[in-house]
Amino acid sequence: MESARPTLQMNRTKGDEEEYWNSSKFKAFTFDDEDDELSQLKESKRAVNSLRDFVDDDDDDDLERVSWSGEPVGSISWSIKETASNSGSNHEREQLKNRNSFSSYAQLPKPASTYSLSSFFRGRTRPGSFQSLSDALSDTPAKSYAPELGRPKGEYRDYSNDWSPSDTVRRLRKGKVCSLERFRSLQDKLQLLEEAVSMHDGNVITAVLIFLKRTLSKEILFRELEVRQVALRHLIHFLKEIGDQKLLWDLFRFLDRTEELALTHYREHLNIQDPEKRKEFLKTCIGLPFSAEDSAHIQDHYTLLERQIIIEANDRHLESAGQTEIFRKHPRKASILNMPLVTTLFYSCFYHYTEAEGTFSSPVNLKKTFKIPEKQYVLTALAARAKLRAWHDVDALFTTKNWLGYTKKRAPIGFHRVVEILHKNSAPVQILQEYVNLVEDVDTKLNLATKFKCHDVVIDTCRDLKDRQQLLAYRSKVDKGSAEEEKIDAILNSSQIRWKN
Amino acid sequence: MATHLSYGRVNLNVLREAVRRELREFLDKCAGSKAIVWDEYLTGPFGLIAQYSLLKEHEVEKMFTLKGSRLPAADVKNIIFVVRPRLELMDIIAENVLSEDRRGPARDFHILFVPRRSLLCEQRLKDLGVLGSFIHREEYSLDLIPFDGDLLSMESEGAFKECYLESDQTSLYHAAKGLMTLQALYGTIPQIFGKGECARVRNGRRVPPDPMFCFQQVANMMIRMKREFTGSQNSIFPVFDNLLLLDRNVDLLTPLATQLTYEGLIDEIYGIQNSYVKLPPEKFAPKKQGDGGKDLPTEAKKLQLNSAEELYAEIRDKNFNAVGSVLSKKAKVISAAFEERHNAKTVGEIKQFVSQLPHMQAARGSLANHTSIAELIKDVTTSEDFFDKLTVEQEFMSGIDTDKVNSYIEDCVAQKHPLIKVLRLVCLQSVCNSGLKQKVLDYYKREILQTYGYEHILTLHNLEKAGLLKPQTGGRNTYPTIRKTLRLWMDDANEQNPTDISYVYSGYAPLSVRLAQLLSRPGWRSIEEVLRILPGPHFEERQPLPTGLQKKRQPGENRVTLIFFLGGVTFAEIAALRFLSQLEDGGTEYVIATTKLINGASWIESLMEKPF
Repeated sequence: MESARPTLQMNRTKGDEEEYWNSSKFKAFTFDDEDDELSQLKESKRAVNSLRDFVDDDDDDDLERVSWSGEPVGSISWSIKETASNSGSNHEREQLKNRNSFSSYAQLPKPASTYSLSSFFRGRTRPGSFQSLSDALSDTPAKSYAPELGRPKGEYRDYSNDWSPSDTVRRLRKGKVCSLERFRSLQDKLQLLEEAVSMHDGNVITAVLIFLKRTLSKEILFRELEVRQVALRHLIHFLKEIGDQKLLWDLFRFLDRTEELALTHYREHLNIQDPEKRKEFLKTCIGLPFSAEDSAHIQDHYTLLERQIIIEANDRHLESAGQTEIFRKHPRKASILNMPLVTTLFYSCFYHYTEAEGTFSSPVNLKKTFKIPEKQYVLTALAARAKLRAWHDVDALFTTKNWLGYTKKRAPIGFHRVVEILHKNSAPVQILQEYVNLVEDVDTKLNLATKFKCHDVVIDTCRDLKDRQQLLAYRSKVDKGSAEEEKIDAILNSSQIRWKN
Repeated sequence: MATHLSYGRVNLNVLREAVRRELREFLDKCAGSKAIVWDEYLTGPFGLIAQYSLLKEHEVEKMFTLKGSRLPAADVKNIIFVVRPRLELMDIIAENVLSEDRRGPARDFHILFVPRRSLLCEQRLKDLGVLGSFIHREEYSLDLIPFDGDLLSMESEGAFKECYLESDQTSLYHAAKGLMTLQALYGTIPQIFGKGECARVRNGRRVPPDPMFCFQQVANMMIRMKREFTGSQNSIFPVFDNLLLLDRNVDLLTPLATQLTYEGLIDEIYGIQNSYVKLPPEKFAPKKQGDGGKDLPTEAKKLQLNSAEELYAEIRDKNFNAVGSVLSKKAKVISAAFEERHNAKTVGEIKQFVSQLPHMQAARGSLANHTSIAELIKDVTTSEDFFDKLTVEQEFMSGIDTDKVNSYIEDCVAQKHPLIKVLRLVCLQSVCNSGLKQKVLDYYKREILQTYGYEHILTLHNLEKAGLLKPQTGGRNTYPTIRKTLRLWMDDANEQNPTDISYVYSGYAPLSVRLAQLLSRPGWRSIEEVLRILPGPHFEERQPLPTGLQKKRQPGENRVTLIFFLGGVTFAEIAALRFLSQLEDGGTEYVIATTKLINGASWIESLMEKPF
């Protein structure tokens, strides 16, 4: 179900709007243009500007006109702002009146000194300005022959009692109010429903369903709808819409559609803000008839929030006490509550990296509890430690010891990715270089080394490849007189190498 | 101002005038001064059919957006609520009305439902004790809104979700009603074709598909409604030859791919709403000095995009790679035209030059805008990530490696790219593989839930219900057959001088449009096998015409097909259809109608679960 604020204007948050509404100084409504900071001054300046644009552009071949004595007026949305700002004191209204010359409106002949309102959308391009006269005129005759559309103009209320189910449904569809109460027998009621369904009009179907819901017992209603799928789906939609969870549960249980039931129940948690309450609610979801994989995810969802609540309380305390270095140096930007698992792991690698496995906030504990794959873990830990520039930890992440005690570097995510992440966290060249060297594929290595200016790696690789041309080309990219240039020259002049080109 | 609507083969201004008249009639019913309280969502669509001038002429003095608590003060006789029939809006209206009652002078309340009255909503108003306060409760059938000379949209944001997830037929009903309106204005459409099923029941995957199919439903509704227009024989000579009803779920693939036409990319990157786009202001420096230098543009630059703008009409449907050369050519022409002033010697010549100035200046402004937009887009399309994403999309669409976990998608998740982007790619892979292997699907799901939050289980279920993301059943991938038979992948797509619709996606020919193309020539009988694979049956119906209205086509005269996309259409598909309309030997011109203009992102977003 969508919210009352449609998704179309995603850039405005609810917060903005509430703030707007509560602000004491009533400002104009804004629709789809700019947000707040509207002042009348700005508005009028814009008006003057647009007027000038308008005059400059010199196209008055528009058909849509309004008398407004020169004051540019916008689209509907602009106008809402304009007229709404008018709603202050009488004094303000007077001012506005003068400014807008409402009074002169009546005196002007309609199409005089008028402008297309659409043109005052913020864009101020002047579409339509290339139209020839004949194009413009072709619009006019249309008005005279466009036939009448729309509703019959009859009365909306009707007291007649003799309507058959099909007449009744037809009248409902035309928006007339009809009493359904006369239909008392089950047979009549079902006929009414079937007529409504055959009209395909969701509005009427729902209206009949409301009537049935009120006048039939649950058992009979469910039984009859089970064999009437279209009506059934409308009832489900309707119950979801009005939030009648209780009946919905009963219905799903009756229909044995348990997975849907479980999901519908789980969905509710989105509306619970309080973390404790949300956690308790999630607990009620565990054990509901989800699919096997979903069950595991739901369980994890609960466990994660439970963890987060503990971590949050603990860390908030640590932070405010001011005794812990990491929180002093890197104050938390936001609460960890309701963050995804990977974000939580990142947080834990950032603030609690060295903790023993036994604590709830330790990364290793998280990894075990949620069976986080090694790849995911390494990636996240790397990002967190690199952000803190803890190169030693980074090094340790990729170092493995074999049984003889030899150490070896190994990266389950591939060293090319390690390099990218390190670079993103602005690791120094020496560090980068080390990992670029570990990239196995030579082409990738060369690309990365070039991209991140690891000169030594590029030079050594070219030498190993015996690629004289590429080395020559690279020479032009390093600074004149630098150590790199010297190194290149030394290699180029070496007689030991048998160049391949 | 709406002359661009009459440029096309069918004059859509007739429709616009008809809906405007209806609006005026309603306003005049409420005598005296008025304030309108708007459902915010409606102002965009309304802007396309009426401006404030029209309202002002009918004594609308104030306008507000619908918000809780009390209405702003307004010294008017009538207060009109213009709203969609949604329950949550009724609660707000009731709040407004009740607080107004306490405030003093009585005034008349009215309510105008768009696009139709809802008994459910009126019931809610009654429950809240305010139904009696309304003098007029009416509906305004703004079903199909003309967007351009060949484009109509219902702008019904939830149509796809309602139809495919909630199995609510209301938007189909509105579609049928919109089509009835069109027939009332442009004559009965003699032939109706359709493909697709709607309202399949997939809850729990156990219920068999619903035997009712949406195009049939729409067609049935149309025929039924026609009967109810009290036998009044439609005596208008038919403008449309055919109607093609296409279900979005016949072609789930196309909207998922990144559109590569100019207009398509503007929409992908900035989002076009009701034919307006908001752009970052930096590239649009004020053209006049002295407007206050410190007043740097901070608010988004808003531009209207439609065919009324000559340059835009020319480039909107081109592949973006072909736009640059057009712009530079135009620039040369315009600067040459301005240079002409040096040659103007006589008074007559100067006068002539001056008379052309406004047009030239407009053209220059238009060119400047589109050059800036093209630059903005180019910044995106030349980025490494855009290239990588496109490569993966094209691999999927041409059938490469669709059956295993894709490393680019993995990377996107690891780097926490926007969830919608990830979902779009995973869905694309699923659709191009007729569903994913269970193991692959489970892997993606887990990665997504762990990285973006477990609550997205709900969204994943929705995608599954809609058929966008599913496990492969039956073990057979039918996409290669569809791709080959319908020639959906063209290796030699020509972006500069296209010869095939595949140019709109630089290689991929949109399935939906290919179906339309094949219907017109050589007919669907040639692709029976593929039509059987695609969901839902196909269908043909004739609406008999009185002999006097039967059309005798002149030789060489194109047929006009109205193509209705139930569940949404993208700008790239529109571009492909316009390309077909313009083909010299194409034989068919298209007028496009839809429930909503969509792109992959807005479409996926409409399927995501959010808090109530």
